[in-house]
Amino acid sequence: MNAIEAERLTRRFGDFTAVREVSFVVGEGELFAFLGPNGAGKTTTINMLCTLLRPTAGTARVGGHDIVRESHAVRRRIGLVFQDPSLDDRLTAWQNLAFHAMLYDVPRRVFEERAKRLLELVDLLDHAHQEVRTFSGGMKRRLELARGLLHQPKVLFLDEPTLGLDPQTRRHIWDYILRLRDTEGTTVFFTTHYMEETERADRIAIIDHGRIIALDAPDDLKSMIGGDVILLRTSDDARAVERLREALGMDPRPTTEGVLVEAPRGDQLIPRLLGALQNGAEPSLTVHSISLRRPSLEDVFIKLTGRAIRDEEASPLERMRLSHRLWGRR
Amino acid sequence: MAFLKTVYTIWYRDLLRFLRDRTRIFSSLGQPMLFLIVFGNGLAPAVAAGMSGVDFRTFLFPGILSMSVLFTAVFSAVSIVWDREFGFLKEVLVAPVSRAAVALGKMAGGSTTALIQGLLIMLLAPLVGVRFTLPQILTLMGMMILVAATMTSFGILIAARMRSMEGFHMMMNFLLMPMFFVSGAFFPLRQVPLWMEWLARADPVTYGVDAIRQTALQGLVPEPILRTLILHPLEINLIALLAFWALFLIPAVWLFSKTE
Repeated sequence: MNAIEAERLTRRFGDFTAVREVSFVVGEGELFAFLGPNGAGKTTTINMLCTLLRPTAGTARVGGHDIVRESHAVRRRIGLVFQDPSLDDRLTAWQNLAFHAMLYDVPRRVFEERAKRLLELVDLLDHAHQEVRTFSGGMKRRLELARGLLHQPKVLFLDEPTLGLDPQTRRHIWDYILRLRDTEGTTVFFTTHYMEETERADRIAIIDHGRIIALDAPDDLKSMIGGDVILLRTSDDARAVERLREALGMDPRPTTEGVLVEAPRGDQLIPRLLGALQNGAEPSLTVHSISLRRPSLEDVFIKLTGRAIRDEEASPLERMRLSHRLWGRR
Repeated sequence: MAFLKTVYTIWYRDLLRFLRDRTRIFSSLGQPMLFLIVFGNGLAPAVAAGMSGVDFRTFLFPGILSMSVLFTAVFSAVSIVWDREFGFLKEVLVAPVSRAAVALGKMAGGSTTALIQGLLIMLLAPLVGVRFTLPQILTLMGMMILVAATMTSFGILIAARMRSMEGFHMMMNFLLMPMFFVSGAFFPLRQVPLWMEWLARADPVTYGVDAIRQTALQGLVPEPILRTLILHPLEINLIALLAFWALFLIPAVWLFSKTE
C-alpha cells in the first residue's frame, strides 16, 4: 500500500488556483520532498493532505484512507510539524507531549516509554520538565518533531521544518529528521524552498505556480542538465568568452562569478579550455582558477522555469512571521 | 468514551495552565479587592439612604463575586483566540478528535477556573462582614458554575470566529462592560430609567447576579428587606440562566466545529 496517493488534487481560492491538478504517489518509508518557491502551493497541498483544507477537485488517500470521506482515519495516521510553532509554551515539554498523547489516545504507560525515547533522540530529555517558552527556536522544532511521532503515525508531514532557523540549526534539525526516520521507519513528506535540504530525499517533486513540473530522484533530476558545470576565472572574462566561442565553438555564459560552461564530460574539456585560453590569444589571458562541479538542483530549477529559487531572500509574509516570532509570546 | 476523554483533555490543559500561573491567580484577586474595599468603603456613606439599612459593602459583595466569575469565564474562552494567534489551536484542530468535544472541554475548563476564582473571592467575605453557612456555600458553588458555563459559552461563541486580540478588546468594551454595568452588580436596579430596566432584562448577567445575591445574603439581611433588593424569584433566575446557556452553547459548538 502506498503512503500517499494524490490524484488531480486542486484547490482554488476565489479566482486564484493555488494547486492545479497535482498527482503523485509516495511509497511507504519514502523521504519525499516538495520543492518550490514561496507561494508555489506547497502549504496548500500539505493542508489538503492533512485534512485541514478541503480540495476543490480531485482526491487523495493518505495511509489508505480518503482525505475527505475518512478525514478522521487520516488524522489518526499522520503526524504534523507546521511552519509556525504550535506548542503551548506555558507548559513544559513533557506536558506538551502528554497532552498530545491524550488527544491521540496513546495509553499512559506506552506514552511514558515512547516520550522518553523520542526526547532522547532529539536530545531534549534533560529539558523535559522545562517550560517551552524558555526553549530556543531549534529546541522547539525538535520537540515538535518528537511530538509528531509520538502516536506512531504512518506519514509524518513537515511543512518547511527549518523555516526561520539559522543555517547551523537547520543542519542539526535535518540530522534529527533523518535519525528519526531511520529509527521509526516513518514515511516523511516535507516541503521546502531550500535546495540543499532536498538532496537527501528519495524523490523530489518540483512545484511552481501550483503545478508539479518535475518529479524524480535527485540524481535523475540533475541529469536533466546533461553534463557538468565548469566555472572559469580569468584576467579578462569578456575576452575569454569570445575566445572560447572562436576556438572551440562553445556557448559559454559570462556571470558575476566567472565564465560558465556546460559540457557532458567536463573533466576532459578542462585541458582544451586551458589550451584555447593560454595559447593563441593575443595578448595571452591568465586563468586564475577552474572549478568543475556536478549540476545542482538550483541549475535544474533554472532550466525548468527560467528563474532561480531565491534561498536567502525572505518574502514579506515570511519576514513578518519571523519578526513576529522574535517578539515571542506575551 | 473518546468524546469524554477529549473533553477531559482540554479541561485538564486549561486547569494545568491556570494552576501553573500563580501570579495570575493572585493578581486577578487585586481588582475585585480594590472594588470591594475602595469602592465599597468610599460609596457606603453616600448611598446609605437608599439601601434600606443594608450595608453597601454587604450588598456589593455578591456583585463583585459575580464579576470575578464572569470575567474569568469569558477570558478563559477567549484563550481560543490566543491559541489561534500563537499556533497551538492547530495542534488541537488536526487531532483525530471531535470538535464539539473540544468546545465542551473549553467550557468545562473555563467554568472550573471561574469557580476556583469565585471561591477565592469568597475568602474575602469576612472583610465586609459577610458569613456563609455550608449549605449556602454549596448552593453558591452551583450557581457560580451555572453562570460560568453560560458566560464561557458566550465567550466561545465570540471567539469561534475571531482572528485577532484587537477584535477581542473591541468585544470587551462594547459588550462585556455594558453587560456587567447594567446587571445590577454595583447598584440596586430600582428607580432606574425604563431603557436600563429592559437592557437588564435582556442581559444574562443580571440573572446570575440576582441569583448569587439572594443566596449570599440569605439569613444575613432580613427577609422583607432582601425582597426589595432582588429582582426575580430564584427559579426564574435559574430558568433564565439555563435558557441563555443553551442559547449560547449550541451555536458556539456548531461554529467551533466548522472552524477551518
